[in-house]
Amino acid sequence: MILKKFWGGFSSFLTTAIIAVFLLGTSVAMANDDSHTTDSHTEHAEKKGFDAGAMIFNHVLDAHSWHVMDIGEHAISVPLPIIIYDQNGSGFHFFMSSRFEHGHAAYDGYKLLDNKIVRESYTEHEVATAEGEHAEVAVEEPGILDFSITKNVVALFVSSFIIFFLFVSVAKTYKRRKGQAPSGVQNFLEPIILFIRDDIAKDSIGHKYEKYMPYLLTIFFFILINNLMGLVPILPGGANLTGNISVTLVLAMFTFVITTFSANKNYWVHIINMPGVPWWLKFPLPLMPLVEIMGVFTKPFVLMVRLFANITAGHIVILGFMSMIFIFGEISPVAGYGVSVVSVAFSLFLSILEILVAFIQAYVFTLLSALYFGMAMEEEH
Amino acid sequence: MLLAILLNVGLAKLGAGVGAGLAAIGAGIGIGQIGGKAVEGIARQPEAAGDIRANMIVAAALVEGVAFFAIVISLLIVVL
Repeated sequence: MILKKFWGGFSSFLTTAIIAVFLLGTSVAMANDDSHTTDSHTEHAEKKGFDAGAMIFNHVLDAHSWHVMDIGEHAISVPLPIIIYDQNGSGFHFFMSSRFEHGHAAYDGYKLLDNKIVRESYTEHEVATAEGEHAEVAVEEPGILDFSITKNVVALFVSSFIIFFLFVSVAKTYKRRKGQAPSGVQNFLEPIILFIRDDIAKDSIGHKYEKYMPYLLTIFFFILINNLMGLVPILPGGANLTGNISVTLVLAMFTFVITTFSANKNYWVHIINMPGVPWWLKFPLPLMPLVEIMGVFTKPFVLMVRLFANITAGHIVILGFMSMIFIFGEISPVAGYGVSVVSVAFSLFLSILEILVAFIQAYVFTLLSALYFGMAMEEEH
Repeated sequence: MLLAILLNVGLAKLGAGVGAGLAAIGAGIGIGQIGGKAVEGIARQPEAAGDIRANMIVAAALVEGVAFFAIVISLLIVVL
């Protein structure tokens, strides 16, 4: 009886798995076919293989247009506005990134080089190293301020809109249904908000927690929604916003600023003139105060790097497994098919792990911010 | 001669690989210890399983954060 039930369930799972592998294998085969029909008409004489490193970095880093997919040699992407301010006289320039034609054309005196906007006259130069070999210098042209709406900025707008829409509608529902049982999205958000209030804010900050609740709730949901959206592979997801170190830097700076401004005298005494430490560690050479001041800056720095590294590393690993399919597919299509089963299984497992990591990282960032606030406001015991 | 060997880019990438491996070992040992002690604690007092699980996950995230520092540095060595 049990065996029959198990066997029935197993065969339908097997069917689904076979169909999934077939569909994926077909798409992989189509992608591999293109590598044989290109290049006799392009400028380069060598056959361009699959560049896993370039693909991974293109997915993880920011870009001036949102690249959706490649059909053969033709890239399908959403063009985004480019806004640059040239400090050397010409002022503001507004145009769409489609003018750059994926880096192949110059427009208005500017061109796209190595994902940066430079003036048309800029050429890459090399420096001679000690051994006489040439090393390439990173693209750097001062004087151009780039305010473009890039992929990450669009993702930021989209996730901010989602968060705003979600919470404003829930707040309105609360006002409308005062005293009644929660309904709809309230049911989903209320346990999370209460969790942040009780287990994070109240436990860490104490009785003055209400002032910090808006900030803690904001960063928790901001980090969570952006982490989750980074895992969605199609537009408007997949932009890796929280894996951008500038974004995590800003979040960590917010925490740092709020910690510093909510610190009481006790906090500063513990940093500069901590009790219980022998005098010769504070004067004439303030060793302990130096260590403590370093600690003041390391804590937000660690917050920044932790979130950035977790999210970016997760994306890189998933993309790495996906590129394995293409790398093996170049050797032979059969190898590509074979690897694709393993690759997809691993990528699925890692994606589920990444969902867990999304929640954990949001929780850890919020918890540590609350702990820092609490430590800054501690009274003398 | 020694300077030439030391300035060789290949050696830097070897260092990056070894560093990433050591980071993985460190994370593995750390999180393994956390998991082991957590499971022991649950075995001693099953009613505290929820609390212990939450604390275990937080500690694991912090230890992984440290391992990721090493990964980021290794990636920087390879890329820069």
